[in-house]
Amino acid sequence: MSTPEGPRRVRVTSPRTSAARRPIMPTGTREIDEQTRLGQVYMQSLIQSQLRLTLAVIGGVVLVLGSFPLLFWLVPPTRTMSVLGLPLPWVILGILVYPVVYVAARIYVRNAERIEAEFTEFVGRQ
Amino acid sequence: MSPALSLTAIGLVVVATIGIGLFGLRISRTTSDFYVASRAVSPRWNASAISGEYLSAASFLGVAGLVLVNGADMLWFSVGYTVGYLMLLVLVAAPLRRSGAYTLPDFAETRFESPVVRRICAGLVVGIGTLYLLPQLHGAGLAVQTVTGAPPEVGAMIVAVIVVINVAAGGMRSITFVQAFQYWLKLTALATPIFVILLVWHQPVGVLDSLHGAAADWAEPLSRAGGRDHPLYATYSLLLALCFGTMGLPHVLVRFYTNPDGRAARRTTVVVLALLGLFYLFPPMYAVLGRTFAPDLVSAGGDTVVLELPGRVFPGTTGDLLGALVAAGAFAAFLSTSSGLTVAIAGVIDQDLLRSRLHRWTGGDYVAVNSFRIAALIAMIVPYLAFTVTGALSLADTVGLAFALAASTFCPLLVLGIWWRRMSTTGAAAGLVVGGIAASAAALVNVSGAPQGGWPRALVGQPAAWTMPLAFLTVIVVSKLTPDRIPAGTARSMVRLHTPEAVDVDRGLPYR
Repeated sequence: MSTPEGPRRVRVTSPRTSAARRPIMPTGTREIDEQTRLGQVYMQSLIQSQLRLTLAVIGGVVLVLGSFPLLFWLVPPTRTMSVLGLPLPWVILGILVYPVVYVAARIYVRNAERIEAEFTEFVGRQ
Repeated sequence: MSPALSLTAIGLVVVATIGIGLFGLRISRTTSDFYVASRAVSPRWNASAISGEYLSAASFLGVAGLVLVNGADMLWFSVGYTVGYLMLLVLVAAPLRRSGAYTLPDFAETRFESPVVRRICAGLVVGIGTLYLLPQLHGAGLAVQTVTGAPPEVGAMIVAVIVVINVAAGGMRSITFVQAFQYWLKLTALATPIFVILLVWHQPVGVLDSLHGAAADWAEPLSRAGGRDHPLYATYSLLLALCFGTMGLPHVLVRFYTNPDGRAARRTTVVVLALLGLFYLFPPMYAVLGRTFAPDLVSAGGDTVVLELPGRVFPGTTGDLLGALVAAGAFAAFLSTSSGLTVAIAGVIDQDLLRSRLHRWTGGDYVAVNSFRIAALIAMIVPYLAFTVTGALSLADTVGLAFALAASTFCPLLVLGIWWRRMSTTGAAAGLVVGGIAASAAALVNVSGAPQGGWPRALVGQPAAWTMPLAFLTVIVVSKLTPDRIPAGTARSMVRLHTPEAVDVDRGLPYR
């Protein structure tokens, strides 16, 4: 093996930079993988925002749909009231429920995907 | 009703089912195709297949019959069947897909790291599945009996044989095509007669007359039509069972696994909700028309109103043709739901009971797919025998009990398992056992002779309102008492269940 001629090349770095540089840049995914406290906070916040959204939808359903039996029970005229030639309960339970449920589902999916996109962007970032 | 025409139509459905199944078999090349259609089914196809599978005899025949006999309170059935999918969407759809579990026992084992919980789940899947297959066979028997006068065993046998052949031959891939086709067939079969009646009807009797006037008691909610006490309690309890039981039905989870990822699982569910809503517009119309054109069916139980209505409105060829179409749709309903259930039950029997034994008996000299095929046969024989023993139970009654059982066992397991980090393995097992025993006890009492009237009858007839909270409470209390039995891998499981696929994290298991 031949020794190179002349002075050896030396890399010149500032001691300050080398001291300040962290070995590997930790990302959110690393925090989650290693189950650090920060990683746990990330996961908890994801789960909690999704859970809040879920509970909001369920709450809406309970409030809207769940109130009809009570309404029919407490206010008997609503049982036979005629809307567009059909009794009110038939209009609500036979027709209106379905588009409302579909729209609720669309809204839910849009929000759930937004939460996930934000999470992905956040933990993917350095 | 013309037996020849109807039988031809049923025959065509059967031929089409087997034909599409065979076509699926030709492209069903790998074991992965066989079990999960290689997870490559697009949301549209998958949504049609899910809806096709979900809309069972209870939806196609049962809902119309129930509304006809018991009145407006029964409209909640179709509402509950649909809202059940909304609850499934918001509570479990994406996490379940991300769990990587193929069956409920798979989910239980990876989440709770316990073979005991797995075995309880396997037993419950077979139990709920069998309870749900019974009314399908019953419906098939009823349909063939209405059309030809043959004894009910004939129709049930036809469905049982075709389903086993199809499932054993083609597995999940072929079933997906078959079920997607069957959704559209069912919708067409149910909608066409209604449209024809509305278009053609020019008689003085209005089609909506049965909803108004002096004899319209049945059209009022909470009217005690059908002789139920405490209708308010019954309504809420039914709603609870249907809304939270759907996610625990064994054939539903298997279907979710065919989605490529969690996001697709959600989007598929939204399409399913649209398809279900479209379908459920029609059964109440049969009840309304039935009150006018076939009032004698009210005392006969009503389950045949969908089959008989076209012939009652249009005597002659039109009625025969429409009747044949409806009979074909009904058969599609029995076939598709039974196929889905059989795939789900067979999957569990195969994995949890059969595979290890086959391995032992044959010294490892067997093909995995054959084990699944044998399991499919067992999965159908058991309910068929049960069907010949139990005879006539109302379609919706058995289905209602299956939902109540699912809502009291798998619903707490899934919902708390997905959203609650402090759920312990002991809590999971205790919840399954307590909920399962309470709901099946109510079902048994109901079948063997319900108490006469009053609160006992209401509580046993619609048990979900007390069995489901009881199961949730059991899980929570026992989990609080056994904090040392919280699975060690819970944090990793939560990452797996909730993190979107785009994030590159350690999920504990290879992503499937």
